[in-house]
Amino acid sequence: MQHYYFDHNATTPVAPEVLRDLTATLVEVSGNASSIHHFGQAAKQRLESARRQMAARIGCDAREIVFTSGGTESDNLAIFGIARRTVVGSAGRVKKHVITSTIEHPAVLNACAQLEREGAEVTYLAVDRDGIILLSELKRALRPSTVLITIMHANNETGILQPIREIAEMARASGAVFHSDGVQMAGRIPVNVRELGVDLYSISGHKFGAPKGIGALYARKGIPLEPISFGGHHERDRRAGTENVPGASALGRAAELAADWTGTALLRDRLERGILDRVPGATVNGSIAHRLPNTTNIRFDGIEGEAIVIALDLRGYAVSSGSACSSGAVEPSHVLLAMGLTPEEARSSVRFSLGPENTESEVDGLLEAVVAVVTHLRRISPAVTPKTVQHV
Amino acid sequence: MSDRYAATDLIAVAMSGGVDSSTVAALLKRDGYNIAGLTMQLWNQRRLPEVATDSPTGRCCSLDDVYDARRVAEHVGMPYYVVNLESQFEKSVVEPFVDEYLAGRTPVPCTLCNTFIKFDRFLDLADSVGAHSIATGHYARITRHAETGRFEMRTAVDASKDQTYFLWGLTQEQLARTLFPLGEMTKPEVRALAAEFNLPVAKKHESYEICFVPNGDYAAFMDAYLRDKGVEPAATEGQIVNAEGRALGRHAGAHHFTVGQRKGLGIAAAQPLYVIATDSNSRTVTVGSGEDLLRSTLIAHDIRWLSWPGLAAPTRLRVRIRNRHIPAWATLYPLSETRAEARFDEPQRAITPGQAAVFYSDDLVVAGGWIE
Repeated sequence: MQHYYFDHNATTPVAPEVLRDLTATLVEVSGNASSIHHFGQAAKQRLESARRQMAARIGCDAREIVFTSGGTESDNLAIFGIARRTVVGSAGRVKKHVITSTIEHPAVLNACAQLEREGAEVTYLAVDRDGIILLSELKRALRPSTVLITIMHANNETGILQPIREIAEMARASGAVFHSDGVQMAGRIPVNVRELGVDLYSISGHKFGAPKGIGALYARKGIPLEPISFGGHHERDRRAGTENVPGASALGRAAELAADWTGTALLRDRLERGILDRVPGATVNGSIAHRLPNTTNIRFDGIEGEAIVIALDLRGYAVSSGSACSSGAVEPSHVLLAMGLTPEEARSSVRFSLGPENTESEVDGLLEAVVAVVTHLRRISPAVTPKTVQHV
Repeated sequence: MSDRYAATDLIAVAMSGGVDSSTVAALLKRDGYNIAGLTMQLWNQRRLPEVATDSPTGRCCSLDDVYDARRVAEHVGMPYYVVNLESQFEKSVVEPFVDEYLAGRTPVPCTLCNTFIKFDRFLDLADSVGAHSIATGHYARITRHAETGRFEMRTAVDASKDQTYFLWGLTQEQLARTLFPLGEMTKPEVRALAAEFNLPVAKKHESYEICFVPNGDYAAFMDAYLRDKGVEPAATEGQIVNAEGRALGRHAGAHHFTVGQRKGLGIAAAQPLYVIATDSNSRTVTVGSGEDLLRSTLIAHDIRWLSWPGLAAPTRLRVRIRNRHIPAWATLYPLSETRAEARFDEPQRAITPGQAAVFYSDDLVVAGGWIE
């Protein structure tokens, strides 16, 4: 059976040009970038060239890029790197305060939970039905002791965008450092960190055609970042450990390809319109206007999203629902719950996330499969038709 | 394999990560069936950390089992999914289990699970992903009556593995869509097949415990569960009395005891003492001699008719009153469509309210019900 991929927010296939770069680096560049000899110099050159490529893609200086193992490490480095820093002056005896939101990726939410265990105070900003934080709430949450604001740019489950520029302005005015998890944006949509005004920005390679295991953190010059792991003087003392030169090189190449996913909106809209037109009881979750071009999160009233995902997979279409727990079973999305959906509504939701390689005929095939699967599901459980579903 | 199934129909295999279900998957695949593996995540071990265990029993839905099932799926070459049924399992199995115990009865969670989760929910799930039929590693046989076409259940060829005591709740519709490929085999044959298929779980040990109760310690599980629910277990303590009502000692909770239990009473007596009854209302546990445990009759309620459509007149059958019990001859007197009295030829030991009574005619599973 032919399999088609519509789960790009989970990960993306490695781009052919990136694969060529990766294998070439693995074969040709064998040295340790910290060594002084020929081999080390070749590795260092490849590493720094990759750093410039990544920096150019997001509009910063190469020295502001720290290579990491991926989005989770970038988020952890940003959060602990700022919040664990000793606060000097009058705030020294005051508990450090961090602001985040309820819809963040677990890499941010669980890092913040750890900060709480370490004695910091964390405010979790709610989102509205559209999935967007209220700036007035952020303003209210700010305190003199607020050392960090960490709010994601685009949500992985809904694709919904947060008002990053406005948050950055408020952070700057208050003196707090602003980190944004940009994992779903960077490398896909043109982003300029200077224009955004963020201090720290997380990037993940495998979300835009680089392999898993490589990522980066943009750390604005002058932002004093404490390391979270200890070892050699790599990455300007910000991230110890022998550099992953092939990974970094692949990341740089993927950044240089400058893929622009804005065009995926055409196919995403084709899919979304088709589903809304042909499937009764289907609704898009969250804001239509402020979201990634490649993502739509749709709930099918009265049907388990998990069943849709499995049934579609058995027909060759890969989509997702909720987030997988350690066994692989699906739990209702905390993001959708935070947006005010009931657990039943959250469980009946499915995420479709397209990529640049998806074609119109693939999308049409997916649409037919969705219609067939949902029709089948409604037929076998007639007790739960859209009309009888209770909305609380 | 049954001729009811065309090779192109998708069959959902219920995968536990054990030898039996893994062998089912390998057998069906060998015979050319179109299969997908599904594991039901029923209980979260982290839910009650104080009773969590690393032992191979009582670790239902552990990551190790899912890991094994996934490896088998890869080995066999079938798609594999884990589905979350935790909330349904808690509602349909764990809560009734705890309630029954607290009410002084000894419940059979595996029957509840088979009836409401493994077959009911799993069949729905199979249906929802486009599989009309399911296959499981249970030891039982499904046949069809030659004239009426009614689906029948028969005991497994391997009597030592027979699981019909837990399967009597299946409906005709469920039987029509279910395959038990192991019902005709003995366990050693299944082990040999698993080895022949080179299954990564061929040598895995099996669990006989209630899956979500670590180490078979019901009392510890229930105490932890009640604490988790905000119920203070101390409220369950009471008196141990003899048949005349004389107090012999105290106990920490009637749910710590089950009819027929001899150990753990903490009372010195000339003759061995057994639990005769537990009463959650008065919080008393009644004890007596082995003789006092013998009963000649039982009444079963909520009977589900399985291989036979019902009973019009008193009929000679054999009755099994717990899983390891050898079915005993009795005459079954119908009281209503779903209620009947069994009068045993010989008195039976420890007929326990809350347990199932399953009625057999030779190898045919006639019906089952709950002991009042």
